[in-house]
Amino acid sequence: MPTLYEQLEKDVRYIEGSKACMNCGVCTAICPAAEVSDYDPRMIVSLVQQKDEAELEKLLKSDTIWRCGECLSCKTRCPRGNVPCYIIQALRALSIETGLFIESEQGRKQLAIKRTVGDHILKYGYCIYFDEVDLETYPEQGPVWDWFRNNRESMMERLGTSYKKNTSGTLRNTSKESLDDLKKIFDETGGTQRFEKIEQYSSVKAKELKKDFSGEKDEYWKYLYNE
Amino acid sequence: MKIRINEIWAAHQKEIAEDHYYFARSCIRQNIFPAAENLYLNILKDELGKDIFDDERHTTCTGIAYHSGLIPMETIMTVVARQFALMNEAGYENFVVSCVTSFGIYVEMLETWKHFPETLHKTRTALKKATGKSFEIPKNLVHASDIIYKFRKELSDKTRYKLVNQNTGEPLKVVDHIGCHYAKIFPSHGVGGAEYPYVLAGLTDEWGGKQVDYPERRHCCGFGFRQYLLKSNRGYSVTNSKKKFESMYPYKPDVIIANCPGCTFFLDRWQYVIAEQQGKTYGENGFGIPVLTYEEIAGLLLGYDPWDIGLQIHQVTVEPLLDKLGIEYDPEKKYKGINGEDIGIPEKPNILKSV
Repeated sequence: MPTLYEQLEKDVRYIEGSKACMNCGVCTAICPAAEVSDYDPRMIVSLVQQKDEAELEKLLKSDTIWRCGECLSCKTRCPRGNVPCYIIQALRALSIETGLFIESEQGRKQLAIKRTVGDHILKYGYCIYFDEVDLETYPEQGPVWDWFRNNRESMMERLGTSYKKNTSGTLRNTSKESLDDLKKIFDETGGTQRFEKIEQYSSVKAKELKKDFSGEKDEYWKYLYNE
Repeated sequence: MKIRINEIWAAHQKEIAEDHYYFARSCIRQNIFPAAENLYLNILKDELGKDIFDDERHTTCTGIAYHSGLIPMETIMTVVARQFALMNEAGYENFVVSCVTSFGIYVEMLETWKHFPETLHKTRTALKKATGKSFEIPKNLVHASDIIYKFRKELSDKTRYKLVNQNTGEPLKVVDHIGCHYAKIFPSHGVGGAEYPYVLAGLTDEWGGKQVDYPERRHCCGFGFRQYLLKSNRGYSVTNSKKKFESMYPYKPDVIIANCPGCTFFLDRWQYVIAEQQGKTYGENGFGIPVLTYEEIAGLLLGYDPWDIGLQIHQVTVEPLLDKLGIEYDPEKKYKGINGEDIGIPEKPNILKSV
Protein backbone atom coordinates (compact mmCIF):
# COMPACT_ATOMS: atom_id res chain seq x y z
CA MET A 1 0.00 0.00 0.00
CA PRO A 2 1.62 3.31 -1.03
CA THR A 3 1.85 6.04 1.58
CA LEU A 4 -0.30 9.13 1.28
CA TYR A 5 2.73 11.14 0.21
CA GLU A 6 3.64 8.59 -2.43
CA GLN A 7 0.15 8.97 -3.86
CA LEU A 8 0.19 12.76 -3.59
CA GLU A 9 3.54 13.05 -5.34
CA LYS A 10 2.14 11.36 -8.45
CA ASP A 11 -0.23 14.27 -9.04
CA VAL A 12 1.26 16.73 -11.54
CA ARG A 13 -0.58 19.57 -9.82
CA TYR A 14 1.25 18.81 -6.59
CA ILE A 15 4.56 18.70 -8.46
CA GLU A 16 3.83 21.92 -10.35
CA GLY A 17 2.48 23.74 -7.29
CA SER A 18 5.16 22.82 -4.77
CA LYS A 19 8.44 24.71 -4.80
CA ALA A 20 10.32 25.73 -1.65
CA CYS A 21 7.80 27.84 0.27
CA MET A 22 9.46 30.51 2.44
CA ASN A 23 6.28 31.21 4.41
CA CYS A 24 5.98 34.84 3.36
CA GLY A 25 2.17 34.70 3.50
CA VAL A 26 1.45 36.70 0.35
CA CYS A 27 -0.94 33.95 -0.77
CA THR A 28 -2.93 34.30 2.45
CA ALA A 29 -3.01 38.09 2.14
CA ILE A 30 -4.59 37.89 -1.32
CA CYS A 31 -6.86 34.89 -0.66
CA PRO A 32 -10.65 35.52 -0.75
CA ALA A 33 -11.25 32.33 1.25
CA ALA A 34 -8.84 33.36 4.02
CA GLU A 35 -10.88 36.51 4.44
CA VAL A 36 -14.17 34.75 5.08
CA SER A 37 -13.22 31.45 6.73
CA ASP A 38 -10.67 29.65 8.84
CA TYR A 39 -8.40 29.02 5.88
CA ASP A 40 -4.74 29.83 5.42
CA PRO A 41 -3.00 28.73 2.20
CA ARG A 42 0.41 29.56 3.67
CA MET A 43 -0.19 26.98 6.41
CA ILE A 44 -1.26 24.37 3.86
CA VAL A 45 1.93 24.72 1.81
CA SER A 46 4.06 24.88 4.92
CA LEU A 47 2.46 21.74 6.28
CA VAL A 48 2.68 19.58 3.17
CA GLN A 49 6.35 20.42 2.59
CA GLN A 50 7.17 18.99 6.03
CA LYS A 51 6.42 15.47 4.69
CA ASP A 52 4.75 14.30 7.88
CA GLU A 53 2.43 11.42 6.97
CA ALA A 54 0.26 11.74 10.10
CA GLU A 55 -0.20 15.48 9.59
CA LEU A 56 -1.11 14.90 5.95
CA GLU A 57 -3.76 12.39 6.97
CA LYS A 58 -5.21 14.92 9.42
CA LEU A 59 -5.33 17.49 6.64
CA LEU A 60 -7.15 15.12 4.30
CA LYS A 61 -9.77 14.53 7.01
CA SER A 62 -10.22 18.23 7.70
CA ASP A 63 -12.59 20.96 6.52
CA THR A 64 -9.58 23.12 5.66
CA ILE A 65 -8.84 21.76 2.19
CA TRP A 66 -12.43 22.40 1.11
CA ARG A 67 -12.43 26.13 1.97
CA CYS A 68 -10.46 27.27 -1.09
CA GLY A 69 -12.54 28.90 -3.85
CA GLU A 70 -10.03 28.03 -6.61
CA CYS A 71 -9.82 31.62 -7.89
CA LEU A 72 -6.07 31.00 -8.24
CA SER A 73 -5.14 34.51 -7.17
CA CYS A 74 -2.37 32.80 -5.18
CA LYS A 75 -0.69 31.60 -8.38
CA THR A 76 -0.20 35.15 -9.61
CA ARG A 77 1.31 36.38 -6.38
CA CYS A 78 3.70 33.75 -5.04
CA PRO A 79 7.26 35.06 -5.44
CA ARG A 80 8.61 31.49 -5.41
CA GLY A 81 6.26 30.00 -8.00
CA ASN A 82 4.24 27.90 -5.56
CA VAL A 83 0.57 27.37 -6.32
CA PRO A 84 -1.33 26.65 -3.11
CA CYS A 85 -4.51 26.09 -5.14
CA TYR A 86 -2.88 23.35 -7.23
CA ILE A 87 -1.80 21.66 -4.00
CA ILE A 88 -5.38 21.95 -2.74
CA GLN A 89 -6.65 20.33 -5.96
CA ALA A 90 -4.28 17.40 -5.45
CA LEU A 91 -5.24 17.10 -1.76
CA ARG A 92 -8.94 17.12 -2.58
CA ALA A 93 -8.47 14.37 -5.17
CA LEU A 94 -6.52 12.26 -2.68
CA SER A 95 -9.08 12.87 0.06
CA ILE A 96 -11.80 11.43 -2.18
CA GLU A 97 -9.69 8.55 -3.48
CA THR A 98 -8.86 7.45 0.08
CA GLY A 99 -12.40 8.03 1.36
CA LEU A 100 -11.13 10.45 3.99
CA PHE A 101 -13.41 13.21 2.64
CA ILE A 102 -16.36 11.85 4.58
CA GLU A 103 -14.54 12.56 7.85
CA SER A 104 -15.12 16.31 7.53
CA GLU A 105 -18.35 18.30 7.25
CA GLN A 106 -17.11 20.17 4.18
CA GLY A 107 -15.60 17.13 2.53
CA ARG A 108 -18.77 15.08 2.69
CA LYS A 109 -20.61 17.88 0.86
CA GLN A 110 -18.93 16.65 -2.32
CA LEU A 111 -21.86 14.30 -2.68
CA ALA A 112 -24.25 17.25 -2.99
CA ILE A 113 -22.12 18.72 -5.79
CA LYS A 114 -21.73 15.34 -7.50
CA ARG A 115 -25.51 14.93 -7.57
CA THR A 116 -26.02 18.36 -9.15
CA VAL A 117 -23.16 19.56 -11.35
CA GLY A 118 -21.59 16.11 -11.70
CA ASP A 119 -24.75 14.35 -12.79
CA HIS A 120 -25.81 17.28 -15.03
CA ILE A 121 -22.66 16.80 -17.10
CA LEU A 122 -23.55 13.25 -18.05
CA LYS A 123 -27.30 13.88 -18.29
CA TYR A 124 -27.37 17.17 -20.23
CA GLY A 125 -23.81 17.83 -21.45
CA TYR A 126 -23.81 21.06 -19.41
CA CYS A 127 -22.40 21.71 -15.91
CA ILE A 128 -25.50 23.68 -15.06
CA TYR A 129 -28.80 23.35 -16.87
CA PHE A 130 -31.78 25.69 -17.00
CA ASP A 131 -34.41 23.15 -15.94
CA GLU A 132 -32.54 22.43 -12.70
CA VAL A 133 -32.08 26.05 -11.59
CA ASP A 134 -35.19 26.56 -9.46
CA LEU A 135 -35.72 29.19 -6.80
CA GLU A 136 -35.78 26.71 -3.94
CA THR A 137 -32.26 25.53 -4.76
CA TYR A 138 -31.02 28.96 -5.93
CA PRO A 139 -33.19 31.63 -4.20
CA GLU A 140 -30.75 34.42 -5.09
CA GLN A 141 -31.82 34.05 -8.71
CA GLY A 142 -34.64 36.41 -7.84
CA PRO A 143 -38.03 37.36 -9.32
CA VAL A 144 -36.87 38.11 -12.87
CA TRP A 145 -35.48 34.60 -13.15
CA ASP A 146 -38.67 33.18 -11.68
CA TRP A 147 -40.73 35.03 -14.32
CA PHE A 148 -38.34 33.88 -17.04
CA ARG A 149 -38.58 30.25 -15.95
CA ASN A 150 -42.36 30.39 -15.77
CA ASN A 151 -42.46 31.73 -19.34
CA ARG A 152 -39.53 29.78 -20.68
CA GLU A 153 -41.10 28.51 -23.88
CA SER A 154 -42.10 31.95 -25.11
CA MET A 155 -38.99 33.75 -23.85
CA MET A 156 -36.47 31.19 -25.09
CA GLU A 157 -38.02 31.59 -28.53
CA ARG A 158 -38.12 35.38 -28.14
CA LEU A 159 -34.39 35.45 -27.36
CA GLY A 160 -33.50 33.24 -30.32
CA THR A 161 -32.22 30.23 -28.41
CA SER A 162 -32.23 26.56 -29.45
CA TYR A 163 -33.56 25.40 -26.08
CA LYS A 164 -34.74 21.77 -26.33
CA LYS A 165 -33.91 21.66 -30.03
CA ASN A 166 -31.66 19.20 -31.83
CA THR A 167 -29.62 21.78 -33.70
CA SER A 168 -26.74 24.17 -33.10
CA GLY A 169 -27.28 27.29 -30.99
CA THR A 170 -27.75 28.39 -27.41
CA LEU A 171 -28.97 25.70 -24.99
CA ARG A 172 -29.41 23.11 -27.75
CA ASN A 173 -29.89 19.51 -26.74
CA THR A 174 -26.60 17.66 -26.50
CA SER A 175 -26.76 14.74 -28.91
CA LYS A 176 -26.73 11.14 -27.71
CA GLU A 177 -23.46 10.64 -29.56
CA SER A 178 -21.81 13.49 -27.63
CA LEU A 179 -23.24 12.31 -24.29
CA ASP A 180 -21.98 8.80 -25.04
CA ASP A 181 -18.53 10.22 -25.78
CA LEU A 182 -18.55 12.01 -22.42
CA LYS A 183 -19.52 8.83 -20.60
CA LYS A 184 -16.84 6.81 -22.34
CA ILE A 185 -14.24 9.45 -21.47
CA PHE A 186 -15.38 9.36 -17.83
CA ASP A 187 -15.13 5.55 -17.84
CA GLU A 188 -11.68 5.58 -19.42
CA THR A 189 -10.09 8.31 -17.30
CA GLY A 190 -11.37 7.65 -13.79
CA GLY A 191 -14.28 10.11 -13.73
CA THR A 192 -16.90 7.40 -13.37
CA GLN A 193 -14.92 5.63 -10.66
CA ARG A 194 -14.53 8.95 -8.81
CA PHE A 195 -18.29 9.47 -8.83
CA GLU A 196 -18.88 5.90 -7.65
CA LYS A 197 -16.43 6.36 -4.79
CA ILE A 198 -18.21 9.53 -3.68
CA GLU A 199 -21.53 7.65 -3.65
CA GLN A 200 -20.13 4.56 -1.92
CA TYR A 201 -18.27 6.35 0.88
CA SER A 202 -21.21 8.74 1.34
CA SER A 203 -23.66 5.87 1.81
CA VAL A 204 -21.62 4.70 4.79
CA LYS A 205 -21.61 8.16 6.35
CA ALA A 206 -25.33 8.67 5.70
CA LYS A 207 -26.08 5.42 7.52
CA GLU A 208 -23.90 6.49 10.42
CA LEU A 209 -25.74 9.82 10.59
CA LYS A 210 -29.09 8.04 10.24
CA LYS A 211 -30.08 9.96 7.09
CA ASP A 212 -32.09 8.54 4.23
CA PHE A 213 -29.77 7.66 1.33
CA SER A 214 -31.96 6.73 -1.63
CA GLY A 215 -30.41 8.86 -4.38
CA GLU A 216 -30.86 12.24 -6.07
CA LYS A 217 -32.16 14.91 -3.64
CA ASP A 218 -32.72 12.59 -0.70
CA GLU A 219 -32.57 13.51 2.97
CA TYR A 220 -28.79 13.21 3.09
CA TRP A 221 -28.41 15.47 0.01
CA LYS A 222 -30.66 18.13 1.57
CA TYR A 223 -28.68 17.97 4.81
CA LEU A 224 -25.38 18.40 2.97
CA TYR A 225 -26.61 21.08 0.58
CA ASN A 226 -28.42 23.29 3.07
CA GLU A 227 -26.77 22.95 6.47
CA MET B 1 -4.83 69.12 -17.36
CA LYS B 2 -3.72 66.03 -19.20
CA ILE B 3 -5.25 62.85 -17.81
CA ARG B 4 -2.62 60.17 -17.27
CA ILE B 5 -3.68 56.71 -18.32
CA ASN B 6 -1.76 53.75 -16.96
CA GLU B 7 -0.10 52.11 -19.96
CA ILE B 8 1.77 49.28 -18.23
CA TRP B 9 -0.71 46.91 -19.89
CA ALA B 10 0.86 47.62 -23.28
CA ALA B 11 3.89 45.49 -22.38
CA HIS B 12 1.67 42.40 -22.18
CA GLN B 13 0.19 41.49 -25.53
CA LYS B 14 -0.91 38.19 -27.02
CA GLU B 15 -1.62 36.83 -30.45
CA ILE B 16 -5.30 36.94 -31.43
CA ALA B 17 -6.16 35.32 -34.75
CA GLU B 18 -7.61 37.52 -37.48
CA ASP B 19 -10.44 35.27 -38.69
CA HIS B 20 -11.88 31.72 -38.95
CA TYR B 21 -12.77 30.71 -35.43
CA TYR B 22 -14.23 27.61 -33.75
CA PHE B 23 -16.63 28.72 -30.99
CA ALA B 24 -16.81 26.86 -27.67
CA ARG B 25 -19.94 27.88 -25.76
CA SER B 26 -20.31 28.50 -22.03
CA CYS B 27 -22.60 26.59 -19.66
CA ILE B 28 -23.33 29.58 -17.42
CA ARG B 29 -23.74 32.10 -20.24
CA GLN B 30 -26.18 29.93 -22.20
CA ASN B 31 -28.31 29.30 -19.13
CA ILE B 32 -28.21 32.59 -17.27
CA PHE B 33 -27.89 35.14 -20.10
CA PRO B 34 -29.28 33.12 -23.00
CA ALA B 35 -29.19 35.90 -25.61
CA ALA B 36 -25.55 36.87 -25.06
CA GLU B 37 -23.76 34.28 -27.19
CA ASN B 38 -26.02 34.75 -30.21
CA LEU B 39 -25.39 38.47 -29.94
CA TYR B 40 -21.66 37.74 -29.87
CA LEU B 41 -21.90 35.59 -32.98
CA ASN B 42 -24.00 38.23 -34.74
CA ILE B 43 -21.45 40.93 -33.95
CA LEU B 44 -18.63 38.82 -35.33
CA LYS B 45 -20.49 37.72 -38.44
CA ASP B 46 -22.65 40.73 -39.30
CA GLU B 47 -20.63 43.66 -37.98
CA LEU B 48 -17.09 42.37 -38.47
CA GLY B 49 -17.63 39.94 -41.34
CA LYS B 50 -15.81 37.09 -39.59
CA ASP B 51 -16.19 33.35 -40.02
CA ILE B 52 -17.02 31.64 -36.72
CA PHE B 53 -18.28 28.07 -36.47
CA ASP B 54 -20.98 27.16 -33.93
CA ASP B 55 -20.63 23.39 -33.48
CA GLU B 56 -23.59 21.41 -32.15
CA ARG B 57 -21.31 18.53 -31.12
CA HIS B 58 -19.21 20.07 -28.37
CA THR B 59 -20.12 19.71 -24.70
CA THR B 60 -19.30 21.36 -21.40
CA CYS B 61 -15.57 21.38 -20.68
CA THR B 62 -16.56 20.18 -17.14
CA GLY B 63 -14.55 23.08 -15.65
CA ILE B 64 -17.04 23.97 -12.93
CA ALA B 65 -16.98 20.37 -11.70
CA TYR B 66 -13.19 20.25 -11.95
CA HIS B 67 -12.72 23.38 -9.87
CA SER B 68 -15.19 22.01 -7.33
CA GLY B 69 -12.86 19.08 -6.67
CA LEU B 70 -15.23 16.64 -8.31
CA ILE B 71 -13.51 15.08 -11.29
CA PRO B 72 -9.98 13.88 -12.04
CA MET B 73 -7.59 15.96 -14.09
CA GLU B 74 -7.25 13.11 -16.59
CA THR B 75 -11.00 13.34 -17.26
CA ILE B 76 -11.15 17.04 -17.96
CA MET B 77 -7.96 16.81 -20.00
CA THR B 78 -9.57 14.24 -22.27
CA VAL B 79 -12.83 16.21 -22.56
CA VAL B 80 -10.73 19.21 -23.63
CA ALA B 81 -8.94 16.98 -26.15
CA ARG B 82 -12.31 15.93 -27.60
CA GLN B 83 -13.26 19.59 -28.14
CA PHE B 84 -9.98 20.10 -30.01
CA ALA B 85 -10.69 16.99 -32.09
CA LEU B 86 -14.08 18.44 -33.05
CA MET B 87 -12.39 21.69 -34.07
CA ASN B 88 -9.95 19.73 -36.24
CA GLU B 89 -12.79 17.77 -37.84
CA ALA B 90 -14.61 21.02 -38.64
CA GLY B 91 -11.49 22.32 -40.40
CA TYR B 92 -10.56 25.10 -37.96
CA GLU B 93 -7.33 25.99 -36.12
CA ASN B 94 -8.37 28.96 -34.00
CA PHE B 95 -10.28 28.08 -30.82
CA VAL B 96 -12.45 30.79 -29.18
CA VAL B 97 -13.73 30.19 -25.68
CA SER B 98 -16.90 31.89 -24.45
CA CYS B 99 -16.35 31.14 -20.75
CA VAL B 100 -13.49 32.44 -18.60
CA THR B 101 -13.43 29.30 -16.43
CA SER B 102 -13.15 27.25 -19.61
CA PHE B 103 -10.51 29.57 -21.03
CA GLY B 104 -8.40 28.99 -17.91
CA ILE B 105 -8.99 25.25 -18.23
CA TYR B 106 -7.93 25.09 -21.89
CA VAL B 107 -4.78 27.11 -21.23
CA GLU B 108 -3.97 25.02 -18.16
CA MET B 109 -4.24 21.80 -20.13
CA LEU B 110 -2.05 23.18 -22.92
CA GLU B 111 0.54 24.28 -20.37
CA THR B 112 0.39 20.95 -18.54
CA TRP B 113 0.98 19.09 -21.78
CA LYS B 114 4.07 21.27 -22.31
CA HIS B 115 5.45 20.83 -18.79
CA PHE B 116 4.53 17.14 -18.49
CA PRO B 117 4.65 15.66 -22.01
CA GLU B 118 3.65 12.25 -20.71
CA THR B 119 0.20 13.67 -19.89
CA LEU B 120 -0.28 14.64 -23.53
CA HIS B 121 0.58 11.12 -24.61
CA LYS B 122 -1.81 9.64 -22.04
CA THR B 123 -4.57 12.00 -23.15
CA ARG B 124 -4.15 11.07 -26.81
CA THR B 125 -4.36 7.40 -25.88
CA ALA B 126 -7.41 7.87 -23.64
CA LEU B 127 -9.30 9.92 -26.23
CA LYS B 128 -8.57 7.42 -28.98
CA LYS B 129 -9.66 4.52 -26.82
CA ALA B 130 -12.83 6.21 -25.58
CA THR B 131 -14.04 7.91 -28.75
CA GLY B 132 -11.80 6.86 -31.65
CA LYS B 133 -10.80 10.51 -32.10
CA SER B 134 -7.38 12.13 -32.54
CA PHE B 135 -6.55 15.79 -32.08
CA GLU B 136 -4.11 18.54 -32.88
CA ILE B 137 -3.46 21.47 -30.57
CA PRO B 138 -5.06 24.74 -31.77
CA LYS B 139 -2.86 27.21 -33.57
CA ASN B 140 -4.46 30.03 -31.62
CA LEU B 141 -6.61 29.89 -28.47
CA VAL B 142 -8.26 33.02 -27.07
CA HIS B 143 -11.16 34.15 -24.93
CA ALA B 144 -14.19 35.57 -26.75
CA SER B 145 -13.58 39.03 -25.24
CA ASP B 146 -10.10 39.08 -26.81
CA ILE B 147 -11.66 39.27 -30.27
CA ILE B 148 -13.95 42.15 -29.33
CA TYR B 149 -10.86 43.86 -27.90
CA LYS B 150 -8.86 43.20 -31.08
CA PHE B 151 -11.54 44.77 -33.25
CA ARG B 152 -12.60 47.52 -30.81
CA LYS B 153 -11.65 50.30 -33.22
CA GLU B 154 -13.56 48.72 -36.13
CA LEU B 155 -16.60 48.37 -33.88
CA SER B 156 -16.20 51.94 -32.67
CA ASP B 157 -16.53 53.13 -36.26
CA LYS B 158 -19.91 51.41 -36.48
CA THR B 159 -21.42 52.45 -33.16
CA ARG B 160 -24.48 54.70 -32.97
CA TYR B 161 -23.82 55.60 -29.35
CA LYS B 162 -20.73 56.22 -27.20
CA LEU B 163 -20.12 55.54 -23.52
CA VAL B 164 -21.03 59.16 -22.83
CA ASN B 165 -23.80 60.55 -20.64
CA GLN B 166 -26.09 62.29 -23.10
CA ASN B 167 -27.45 64.56 -20.38
CA THR B 168 -24.09 65.92 -19.23
CA GLY B 169 -21.68 65.16 -22.07
CA GLU B 170 -19.39 63.47 -19.55
CA PRO B 171 -17.85 60.01 -20.15
CA LEU B 172 -19.66 57.22 -18.33
CA LYS B 173 -17.78 55.79 -15.36
CA VAL B 174 -17.13 52.14 -16.19
CA VAL B 175 -16.05 49.46 -13.75
CA ASP B 176 -14.34 46.60 -15.58
CA HIS B 177 -14.33 43.23 -13.88
CA ILE B 178 -12.03 40.59 -15.33
CA GLY B 179 -12.72 36.97 -14.40
CA CYS B 180 -9.87 35.60 -12.26
CA HIS B 181 -9.13 32.73 -14.63
CA TYR B 182 -8.67 35.06 -17.60
CA ALA B 183 -5.14 36.07 -16.61
CA LYS B 184 -4.38 35.33 -12.95
CA ILE B 185 -3.39 31.72 -13.70
CA PHE B 186 -1.40 32.41 -16.86
CA PRO B 187 -0.75 36.17 -17.13
CA SER B 188 0.92 35.88 -20.54
CA HIS B 189 -2.36 34.60 -22.00
CA GLY B 190 -4.29 37.76 -21.06
CA VAL B 191 -4.18 41.15 -22.78
CA GLY B 192 -2.35 43.35 -20.29
CA GLY B 193 -1.36 40.44 -18.03
CA ALA B 194 -2.74 39.83 -14.55
CA GLU B 195 -1.89 43.14 -12.89
CA TYR B 196 -3.18 45.52 -15.56
CA PRO B 197 -5.59 43.54 -17.73
CA TYR B 198 -6.66 45.75 -20.60
CA VAL B 199 -9.12 43.52 -22.44
CA LEU B 200 -12.15 45.44 -21.10
CA ALA B 201 -10.47 48.71 -20.14
CA GLY B 202 -9.44 48.95 -23.80
CA LEU B 203 -13.11 48.84 -24.80
CA THR B 204 -13.94 51.54 -22.25
CA ASP B 205 -11.15 53.81 -23.53
CA GLU B 206 -12.00 53.23 -27.19
CA TRP B 207 -15.75 53.64 -26.85
CA GLY B 208 -15.66 56.92 -24.95
CA GLY B 209 -16.01 55.86 -21.31
CA LYS B 210 -13.82 56.48 -18.29
CA GLN B 211 -12.17 53.66 -16.34
CA VAL B 212 -12.92 53.45 -12.63
CA ASP B 213 -9.76 52.46 -10.78
CA TYR B 214 -10.99 51.44 -7.34
CA PRO B 215 -9.11 49.59 -4.56
CA GLU B 216 -10.70 46.13 -5.00
CA ARG B 217 -10.68 46.25 -8.80
CA ARG B 218 -8.79 42.95 -9.07
CA HIS B 219 -10.60 41.12 -6.28
CA CYS B 220 -12.52 37.95 -7.14
CA CYS B 221 -16.32 38.19 -7.59
CA GLY B 222 -16.59 35.36 -5.09
CA PHE B 223 -17.81 32.46 -7.22
CA GLY B 224 -15.64 30.00 -5.34
CA PHE B 225 -17.07 27.07 -7.37
CA ARG B 226 -18.07 24.61 -4.61
CA GLN B 227 -18.63 27.57 -2.27
CA TYR B 228 -21.43 28.91 -4.47
CA LEU B 229 -22.74 25.53 -5.56
CA LEU B 230 -23.69 24.66 -1.97
CA LYS B 231 -26.43 26.76 -0.40
CA SER B 232 -24.71 26.37 2.97
CA ASN B 233 -21.51 27.98 1.66
CA ARG B 234 -22.88 30.92 -0.33
CA GLY B 235 -21.84 33.47 2.30
CA TYR B 236 -18.35 33.18 0.76
CA SER B 237 -19.67 34.35 -2.57
CA VAL B 238 -21.87 37.25 -1.51
CA THR B 239 -19.24 38.51 0.97
CA ASN B 240 -16.60 38.82 -1.72
CA SER B 241 -18.98 40.55 -4.13
CA LYS B 242 -20.02 42.92 -1.36
CA LYS B 243 -16.40 43.80 -0.72
CA LYS B 244 -16.14 44.90 -4.33
CA PHE B 245 -19.41 46.87 -4.31
CA GLU B 246 -18.41 48.74 -1.15
CA SER B 247 -15.05 49.56 -2.68
CA MET B 248 -16.42 50.83 -6.02
CA TYR B 249 -19.44 52.65 -4.52
CA PRO B 250 -17.69 55.97 -3.70
CA TYR B 251 -16.67 56.28 -7.37
CA LYS B 252 -20.35 56.23 -8.46
CA PRO B 253 -19.97 53.85 -11.39
CA ASP B 254 -22.58 54.00 -14.17
CA VAL B 255 -22.06 50.43 -15.29
CA ILE B 256 -20.02 47.30 -14.59
CA ILE B 257 -18.75 45.31 -17.56
CA ALA B 258 -17.45 41.78 -17.15
CA ASN B 259 -15.91 39.16 -19.42
CA CYS B 260 -16.72 36.14 -17.28
CA PRO B 261 -20.23 34.61 -17.31
CA GLY B 262 -20.05 33.70 -13.63
CA CYS B 263 -18.87 37.15 -12.57
CA THR B 264 -21.64 38.83 -14.59
CA PHE B 265 -24.17 36.62 -12.84
CA PHE B 266 -22.85 37.13 -9.30
CA LEU B 267 -22.33 40.88 -9.58
CA ASP B 268 -25.92 41.15 -10.86
CA ARG B 269 -27.71 38.81 -8.45
CA TRP B 270 -25.80 39.60 -5.28
CA GLN B 271 -26.81 43.26 -5.61
CA TYR B 272 -30.41 42.05 -5.38
CA VAL B 273 -29.65 39.87 -2.37
CA ILE B 274 -27.69 42.56 -0.51
CA ALA B 275 -30.50 45.06 -1.15
CA GLU B 276 -33.20 42.70 0.10
CA GLN B 277 -31.20 41.47 3.12
CA GLN B 278 -29.47 44.64 4.22
CA GLY B 279 -31.32 47.47 2.48
CA LYS B 280 -28.16 48.61 0.72
CA THR B 281 -28.21 49.61 -2.95
CA TYR B 282 -25.19 50.71 -4.95
CA GLY B 283 -26.61 52.56 -7.95
CA GLU B 284 -28.41 55.91 -8.09
CA ASN B 285 -31.85 56.52 -6.57
CA GLY B 286 -32.29 53.02 -5.16
CA PHE B 287 -31.33 51.19 -8.34
CA GLY B 288 -28.40 48.80 -8.64
CA ILE B 289 -25.38 49.26 -10.87
CA PRO B 290 -26.22 47.55 -14.20
CA VAL B 291 -23.87 44.63 -14.95
CA LEU B 292 -23.35 43.84 -18.61
CA THR B 293 -21.09 41.59 -20.62
CA TYR B 294 -18.70 43.07 -23.19
CA GLU B 295 -20.90 42.06 -26.13
CA GLU B 296 -24.02 43.42 -24.45
CA ILE B 297 -22.29 46.80 -24.17
CA ALA B 298 -21.10 46.50 -27.77
CA GLY B 299 -24.60 45.52 -28.89
CA LEU B 300 -26.18 48.54 -27.20
CA LEU B 301 -23.67 50.94 -28.72
CA LEU B 302 -24.20 49.36 -32.14
CA GLY B 303 -27.92 50.02 -31.85
CA TYR B 304 -29.37 46.57 -31.07
CA ASP B 305 -32.72 46.68 -29.23
CA PRO B 306 -32.00 46.06 -25.51
CA TRP B 307 -34.93 43.65 -25.24
CA ASP B 308 -33.77 41.64 -28.29
CA ILE B 309 -30.39 41.06 -26.64
CA GLY B 310 -31.89 39.86 -23.36
CA LEU B 311 -31.23 42.76 -21.00
CA GLN B 312 -34.64 42.22 -19.40
CA ILE B 313 -33.28 38.94 -17.99
CA HIS B 314 -30.84 40.80 -15.73
CA GLN B 315 -32.10 41.26 -12.19
CA VAL B 316 -30.55 44.73 -11.91
CA THR B 317 -32.64 47.12 -14.01
CA VAL B 318 -30.72 48.51 -16.98
CA GLU B 319 -32.95 51.51 -17.85
CA PRO B 320 -30.84 54.08 -15.92
CA LEU B 321 -27.91 53.13 -18.18
CA LEU B 322 -30.03 53.22 -21.35
CA ASP B 323 -31.27 56.70 -20.43
CA LYS B 324 -27.74 57.98 -19.88
CA LEU B 325 -26.62 56.55 -23.21
CA GLY B 326 -29.58 58.19 -24.94
CA ILE B 327 -30.82 54.87 -26.27
CA GLU B 328 -34.46 54.80 -27.34
CA TYR B 329 -36.38 51.76 -26.17
CA ASP B 330 -39.99 50.70 -25.86
CA PRO B 331 -40.88 49.97 -22.22
CA GLU B 332 -43.97 48.07 -23.36
CA LYS B 333 -41.87 45.49 -25.20
CA LYS B 334 -39.61 44.70 -22.27
CA TYR B 335 -41.56 41.79 -20.85
CA LYS B 336 -43.33 40.56 -23.95
CA GLY B 337 -42.84 37.00 -25.15
CA ILE B 338 -42.53 35.74 -28.71
CA ASN B 339 -44.62 37.72 -31.22
CA GLY B 340 -45.58 40.25 -28.56
CA GLU B 341 -47.27 37.63 -26.35
CA ASP B 342 -48.48 39.00 -23.02
CA ILE B 343 -46.79 36.85 -20.38
CA GLY B 344 -47.10 39.12 -17.36
CA ILE B 345 -44.23 40.84 -15.60
CA PRO B 346 -41.81 39.79 -12.85
CA GLU B 347 -42.56 40.60 -9.23
CA LYS B 348 -40.74 43.68 -8.02
CA PRO B 349 -38.10 43.27 -5.32
CA ASN B 350 -38.96 44.93 -2.02
CA ILE B 351 -35.88 47.13 -1.84
CA LEU B 352 -33.92 47.10 -5.09
CA LYS B 353 -35.66 49.56 -7.39
CA SER B 354 -36.78 48.19 -10.73
CA VAL B 355 -38.74 49.39 -13.77
